[in-house]
Amino acid sequence: MSAAFVSIAQVSKRFAPHLSLGDKLAAKLGGAVETRAVKAVTDVSLAIRRGETLGLVGESGCGKSTLGRLVAGITSPDAGVVELEGAPIRARGRKTTTRIQTVFQDPFASLDPRMRVGDTIAEGPLAHGLVPAGEGAKAFARRWLGTVGLEPDYVDRFPHQFSGGQRQRIAIARALAMKPDVLVCDEPVASLDVSIQAQIINLFLDLRRRLDLTMLFISHDLGVVRHLCDRVAVMYLGRIVEIGPTAELYGAPKHPYARALLEAVPKIEGGRAVFKPISGEIPSPLDPPPGCAFNPRCPLATDLCRAELPALRELAPDWRAACHYAR
Amino acid sequence: MAVTFLQPGSPTRRFLGDFRESWIATGALAVVVLIVLLAVFAPWITPQDPYDIANLSLADARRPPGFVGSEGYVHVLGTDAQGRDLLSAILFGLRISLEMGLAAGLFSFVLGASLGILAAYLGGRFETAIMRFVDLQLSFPAILLALVLVALLGQGKGQLIVALVAAQYAYFARTAFGAAATERRKDYVEAAAATPLSGRRIILRHLLPNALPPLIVVATVQVANAIALEATLSFLGLGLPETEPSLGMLIANGFQYMMNGRYWISVYPGIALIVLIVAINLVGDQIRDQLNPRLRR
Repeated sequence: MSAAFVSIAQVSKRFAPHLSLGDKLAAKLGGAVETRAVKAVTDVSLAIRRGETLGLVGESGCGKSTLGRLVAGITSPDAGVVELEGAPIRARGRKTTTRIQTVFQDPFASLDPRMRVGDTIAEGPLAHGLVPAGEGAKAFARRWLGTVGLEPDYVDRFPHQFSGGQRQRIAIARALAMKPDVLVCDEPVASLDVSIQAQIINLFLDLRRRLDLTMLFISHDLGVVRHLCDRVAVMYLGRIVEIGPTAELYGAPKHPYARALLEAVPKIEGGRAVFKPISGEIPSPLDPPPGCAFNPRCPLATDLCRAELPALRELAPDWRAACHYAR
Repeated sequence: MAVTFLQPGSPTRRFLGDFRESWIATGALAVVVLIVLLAVFAPWITPQDPYDIANLSLADARRPPGFVGSEGYVHVLGTDAQGRDLLSAILFGLRISLEMGLAAGLFSFVLGASLGILAAYLGGRFETAIMRFVDLQLSFPAILLALVLVALLGQGKGQLIVALVAAQYAYFARTAFGAAATERRKDYVEAAAATPLSGRRIILRHLLPNALPPLIVVATVQVANAIALEATLSFLGLGLPETEPSLGMLIANGFQYMMNGRYWISVYPGIALIVLIVAINLVGDQIRDQLNPRLRR
């Protein structure tokens, strides 16, 4: 494996229900209280290489956002470690690096409604001494507004005076103003209109080239990921089931889930839109099935799949899948 | 720098415009401002300094409104049991009541908001400890707590403020916690933590400004409550010492004369107290309505 810029090693994250004293008592007495933890991310190892854009795809609830938050340093893993160039990104319960920044899904929630957008952009760099206070900070914020394609004179406006697409540009400017090496994008276009999505994706392409960014791009939109990413990782129920180069993986996915996911994308064939939905529901992450987590929905499942968890095996150069029968 | 917050279309400007649309609230605000001005300038506008022992005159005691006293001017609201001009005593009393109400409101605001926002930010054991204590205290009558504290600490302005703050900070803590806990879960706080920004900066620059609107509403109402609480304690003789006659004490002093027809000694200070408290509450109600997005047109 080539050198990892961001390394994610055997990372797991569980969410235990918050139990009050009364709940604990009720659970002890046999009441119907949910005490099991949700296993959002289980034993994930990944390497993101310098300068590449890694796509992370999967259904809602598969843990891709949680993995994104772990890579962004927002939460700490229960097990495992996330490192940037060999140094852990968190220490003593706090994020310690500014070299990884995040763009969130909903630009209506991710900007402080009571802060002028110029202050929002300059706040982080000011707090970390990257820009001088005063007029310097304002000029800095104006430059960044220009860089993301907004009018520099908007620095004194509040978020509510902008549209969704404009807000997402401001959120991108805030993240990039910290001069990060790595940008974690958690569904950054999912809440935008389709016409705006294209603009924001082109902005990402442009900025990635100009600023030499490494990106983790989380999305459930397979088309966007194909357009933007060098490699793709497919997640299912908290685990990576397949990871490989975008073009090859889209051409001939090896894991049955990746195949099903790609077939579920509506296609136009003979003038009619056709798509094949994946049968069944995603199992509860409270109680994942034994063996391969995809076995209840997999058309090829055998007794082996129901008994034994498949490991992520290298099947072709730089291409791995976690399926007993993938070749 | 220009006064940007008063630019057309700014939130502050819109807020003031909406406020002016309610004539009740505007009138109430005018009353509050008038009372505050009267209280502040009391030493210069009252005919008499009620604290000056030389002004005690038993010959003029308990005279009805409109009585022309031995010093030659009209006692518009009559005189009290010691022959002091009641209007002067009321204005000086308002001064003390407002002073206590504002001081108690300010200190409870600072203490309660700090605890509430800190509890919301830190969560976990700190949150449980603080908020359960606050809940416990809120289930206990404020007046009883204040009474116990005054009995323990003794009389005096400082002691009374401590008692009022102890009885009232919990309302601020509860409100601040609720507002800040809601904001805490929003993406922009997560974005600040992901930068990363220090906890102090997240609290002061993000959580506090966003939790402020409901706190301002509580602050107006709690100033009125502090004034009422102080009046109650003074009426019971447990508030301020005799040298600081607040409205509550004026009411108490006239109480014994109510039954023989000399109603004015108690009733006029009482009316002043009611007008002040109702006016502050009306202003607070209007602010609350305007800050509640669900009531927004």
